[in-house]
Amino acid sequence: MGVEFLQFLLSGLTVGATYALVGLGFWIIHTACGVINFAQGEFVMLGGMATAAFLGLGMPLPVAIMLALAVAVVAGLLLERLAVEPTRNGSVVTLIIITIGASIFFRGLVQVVLDKDFHPLPAFSGEEPILIGGAAVMPQSLWVVGATAAVVLGLWLFFEHSLHGKAVRAAAANLLAARLCGIRVRFVLLLSFGMSALLGAIAGVLIAPISATYYEVGIMLGLKGFCAAMLGGLRSGWGPVVGGLVLGVVEAMGAGYLASAYKDAVAFVIILLVLMFMPRGLLGRGARSERV
Amino acid sequence: MHAECSRGLGSALVGLAAMVIAASAAVAADPIRIGSFLSVTGGASFLGDPELKTLEMYIDKVNAGGGVLGRTLELVHYDVGDDVTKARTAVKRLITNDKVDLIIGGSSTGTTMAVVPLVEKEEIPFISLAAAVVIIDPVKKWVFKVAHTDRMACGAVFRDMKKRGLNDIALLSGTDAFGQSMRTQCLDLAGSLGIRVLGDETFGPKDTDMTPQLTKLRSVAGVKAFFIAGFGQGPAIANKNYRQLGMTLPLYQSHGVASKSFIELAGESAEGVRLPAAALLVAEKLRANDPQKPVVTAYKTAYESKFGPVSTFGGHSHDALLIAVDAIKRAGGVDKPKLRDAIEKTSGFVGTAGIVRMSAADHMGLDASAFRMLEIRNGDWVVIE
Repeated sequence: MGVEFLQFLLSGLTVGATYALVGLGFWIIHTACGVINFAQGEFVMLGGMATAAFLGLGMPLPVAIMLALAVAVVAGLLLERLAVEPTRNGSVVTLIIITIGASIFFRGLVQVVLDKDFHPLPAFSGEEPILIGGAAVMPQSLWVVGATAAVVLGLWLFFEHSLHGKAVRAAAANLLAARLCGIRVRFVLLLSFGMSALLGAIAGVLIAPISATYYEVGIMLGLKGFCAAMLGGLRSGWGPVVGGLVLGVVEAMGAGYLASAYKDAVAFVIILLVLMFMPRGLLGRGARSERV
Repeated sequence: MHAECSRGLGSALVGLAAMVIAASAAVAADPIRIGSFLSVTGGASFLGDPELKTLEMYIDKVNAGGGVLGRTLELVHYDVGDDVTKARTAVKRLITNDKVDLIIGGSSTGTTMAVVPLVEKEEIPFISLAAAVVIIDPVKKWVFKVAHTDRMACGAVFRDMKKRGLNDIALLSGTDAFGQSMRTQCLDLAGSLGIRVLGDETFGPKDTDMTPQLTKLRSVAGVKAFFIAGFGQGPAIANKNYRQLGMTLPLYQSHGVASKSFIELAGESAEGVRLPAAALLVAEKLRANDPQKPVVTAYKTAYESKFGPVSTFGGHSHDALLIAVDAIKRAGGVDKPKLRDAIEKTSGFVGTAGIVRMSAADHMGLDASAFRMLEIRNGDWVVIE
């Protein structure tokens, strides 16, 4: 019983960490311009697929990963510059629809330029499971959890202690005031899209050795990341992190202790309940009204 | 020139038969029109794409060899994606506008079943390429199929388990259409083959971790073997998780992952896994005296020299077309009732899916020998005799 519980918990935390990374990507763009970027899952896919493609060209894994992250960031920047920027004064709904269109575009592009097959990536540090109190953990899981922790720390330092980070928060708080203070709002938008693309791609690279990657992998991960963000709330960066981890653990426990057929249902019921009784998410205290 | 040939043949016959042949000889220059609707784009494109390529390639081949009964074959094809409405429209057009003589198609069970009522009403021979047993059970007068059923795959797996004395098993199936069809068919079949399914869990086709389900199944007492039935990357992830958890009981997968990409995805964890598969997958490894060997090797070589790695799905349209050609020859033309009867009398036809012996009660005609049990050793298939 104890070992089982530990196994469910560790599995849940690994999966939850990837949800958290994707959710953080949603949070960054939402913070900067109040839009939910539904192409977030596609950044995840781009990270994994581009790594697989560069590996296929015979590059060593670290180089392939770096190039893939660069590809995703460029895709994020192009999305902002070519699709979001020109309609920046449009309504939020318009922008959301643009991001949905972009996600379909990215999927189609990868499907044509690369292929429609599944690609496994090699695990970063072997496939020998580590036993923790009788429960098996893959070294890759430690990479996922570790990288998520590092990203969270990095984001916190950026937003709390760097001028650029403060500029993003200022622009989010009040666009006009930020502009009057000399903050280049266009740069803030560009920065946030680049960062969220980077986060998504990191998640994609980390999870590919566990689940393999293919051109549609971003749909489900994007949805789960969105759920994580909604569950935790988008008020602070801790929201998606807590939301992701809770979602992952709930899913694992649901599959383990209840019927696995209802695994996703359990997760969605919890999200519904949270949204009904705590509309701002688990960490959504605060009264500031926001446009979503 | 073709017309003269058949006229010469017609004069050699007597009575009514001679008149029929002579009548058809008047239009002998007309091509035989084969209608087809496949899922070439969309989610099921992995089915429709090789199916269409194969169909086109073999129609060219037949025509290059002089056609059938001196008439060339002409393909009229519509891509219907995953859309059952489009499938119905396409078949309506094939019958009323294009006036085709028979229909081959329906990459998926969904698009096939959507057109069955229409085909039955219009009375036109129809050979489906989809898998589910509902297509031919109960038997429908005008509907035939060439692909294996999931039930046959279950049977192959269970018989192999039984042989090894693994009577008590745990089942982990996908929640997608394929996984659920396998689950239903396997649970239904298990009792009659003396297999007890003690644990029964599922996974989502896009899940990234099946450790919880496997951990739960592991704790079920008395389980002697595991059977994972799914499609896509899910079964490969489950396979990896299985080894990661240090589980060592014999592991079976289904024909849903019978392709090289499964070995690639599951990596070392695939070692020792057994699964049922069509002969096409292991064409080179079949024994020299295997009746299917020349057929599957020829198809594989032809397809791969033109398009790349072969799939069993393309093999289905190879079988469907050649069964139709064979039946047209025996029926002496494309008179629909006669063609239907001829297809139903197909017996001993060797295709990529197996040896086909159809009858009025069986519009598929494949038996259990159509599936070969394979074991994965050193990253390659080994045929279990």
